[in-house]
Amino acid sequence: MNTISYAQAIREALFEEMRRDQRVFVLGEDVATFGGIFKVTKGLLEEFGSERVRDTPISENAIVGAAIGAALMGYRPVAEIMYMDFLNECGDQLVNHLPKLHFMTGGKLTASLTIRTQYSLGRNTGAQHSQFFPSLYMNVPGIMLATPSTPADAKGLLKTAIRGKNPVLFLECASLYASKDEIPSEEYLIPFGKADVKRQGSDATVVAVSRMVGEALAAADALETEGISIEVIDPRTLVPLDTDAIISSVKKTGRLITAEDGCRTCGVGAEIVARITERAMDYLEGVDRVACPDVPAPFSPPLQKAYMPGKTSIVESVKKML
Amino acid sequence: MLEEEVERLYKSGQIPGLAHPYIGQEAVAAGVCAALDKDDVIVSNHRGHGHSLAKGVPEQAILSELMGKDTGMCLGLGGSMHSTDLDCGVIFSTAIVGGGIPLSVGVALALHMDKKTRCVVCFFGDGASNTGAFHEGVNLAAVWRLPVVFVCENNQYAISVPVSKSTSARVAHRGQGYGIPSRLVDGMDVLDVYAAASEAVSRAKKGDGPTLLECETYRYRGHGMYDTGLDYRTQQEINQWMERDPIRTLEHELVKERLATVEEFEVIRSRARSRLQDAVKFAQERPYPSVDLLAKFVWA
Repeated sequence: MNTISYAQAIREALFEEMRRDQRVFVLGEDVATFGGIFKVTKGLLEEFGSERVRDTPISENAIVGAAIGAALMGYRPVAEIMYMDFLNECGDQLVNHLPKLHFMTGGKLTASLTIRTQYSLGRNTGAQHSQFFPSLYMNVPGIMLATPSTPADAKGLLKTAIRGKNPVLFLECASLYASKDEIPSEEYLIPFGKADVKRQGSDATVVAVSRMVGEALAAADALETEGISIEVIDPRTLVPLDTDAIISSVKKTGRLITAEDGCRTCGVGAEIVARITERAMDYLEGVDRVACPDVPAPFSPPLQKAYMPGKTSIVESVKKML
Repeated sequence: MLEEEVERLYKSGQIPGLAHPYIGQEAVAAGVCAALDKDDVIVSNHRGHGHSLAKGVPEQAILSELMGKDTGMCLGLGGSMHSTDLDCGVIFSTAIVGGGIPLSVGVALALHMDKKTRCVVCFFGDGASNTGAFHEGVNLAAVWRLPVVFVCENNQYAISVPVSKSTSARVAHRGQGYGIPSRLVDGMDVLDVYAAASEAVSRAKKGDGPTLLECETYRYRGHGMYDTGLDYRTQQEINQWMERDPIRTLEHELVKERLATVEEFEVIRSRARSRLQDAVKFAQERPYPSVDLLAKFVWA
């Protein structure tokens, strides 16, 4: 095992996949000379050159369009969109084109590509640089969604995304970039659609996404001292979503709490709660969604603190339910 | 001829949904595609039947797709606005105005990285030249000097809004803003289109980057089948453009120059008509796709 950061893990995945497959190339704003604003792509230009590591203009729609066109011709592009908020700049290519190309051509076209982006909630970046809205894309069939919460998952999931046939939106979390953890030293892949039960428990199931996985584990530690046992599940990919793993857990605990860094209405939690209610309503004694309020992200630090969900909100949710 | 058949099938309820006739603009697709090699590719748009035909897609596959039948080029999952035939070099046609432009830049990027002398043509209308996708796509192709030819078919109207009310400058003049060669082309003259396209294709293949061609043309019919085309323009205006009909003009010139005879054109027309009738019959007789297809191609 090696101990590396979340950002290093992503960088290692890129290096390994670019060495393995000549068709893999990287494009995005400031990804080459500058190494990305979070330095995730640092060093790629030096090793792979400017044909395979491409700085782009600030043209998100063209970045994704260019990635799609190249993918249709057999390349395996990894496009970086600097902030998740900026995905709205490429909505046409991302929503109207990418997820539908395989379908509407009767399988003749395949767009095997990865779009990496990150959300920055918690870094006082204001309403236009903090958003996390994966459920928007869960509503669009044809694109997979990965939300790694650890360095090991980030590396294994990214390698799977790059090698896979389907388009993947790879959602990183900026406040996790510096977090360190152990990863296997030998090569490994992590399959999509397989949740990770991070902690076993019996009183409630917390399904946490991205940064909230760490918060849920911290909540579990705090609750344990009070004799309350919670199970923490990280779905790791939202599309495909490992519904079966959540159902098995809820059948055991009888209580479901979802935790995410996005807004509450129509968020990831809403979909998870709906699925579990459809298939396991008889087992449910309590349901809650821990999320941001339906308010744009504020800038001022005390307001941001009040806005963000975290360990405390999970602990309160569990206690209210028991 | 194909589009007249499409109109008939549409009006008799055999083609559902939307369909956008290409009648009047034939010289653009024919002139551009004649300048391409077989392994060159195109990205098309919602008014794309003419592009597919000019690139060699069989009428059977086009009509089957329009009718939603299982032998359509996209197995009936795409419809009139979505054409893909990789054997003929038709990569994709988009139903989002301007959406094909960034995508074609990616196709050009792949051709560039392949280090082969191939190019891609992206067809779009005057309306698309006012989208952000146009600006982003043309700029990126210019910065990276990619082998793409942007062919704007200026048919004078974006649905009902005339170019004079929607487009601040000639589309061809916009090329200068991106530092790429551009040219205004008579889109009713197939030879002018062919000459301009040949030059642009050769530039792309030499590695000298993109070209923007604005082909001035006219759609004789409405925007789509539901539109008479007479709410925002006069019959007189339509007649004036029809006097310059690209097919008739070419025939006339070739006969005048003694390069072909009227009889030869009759033979060509008769063959095309008969091939088309076979294609219609074929498409009519084919079944609709199985419902199993519904979820089959969401994931690769």
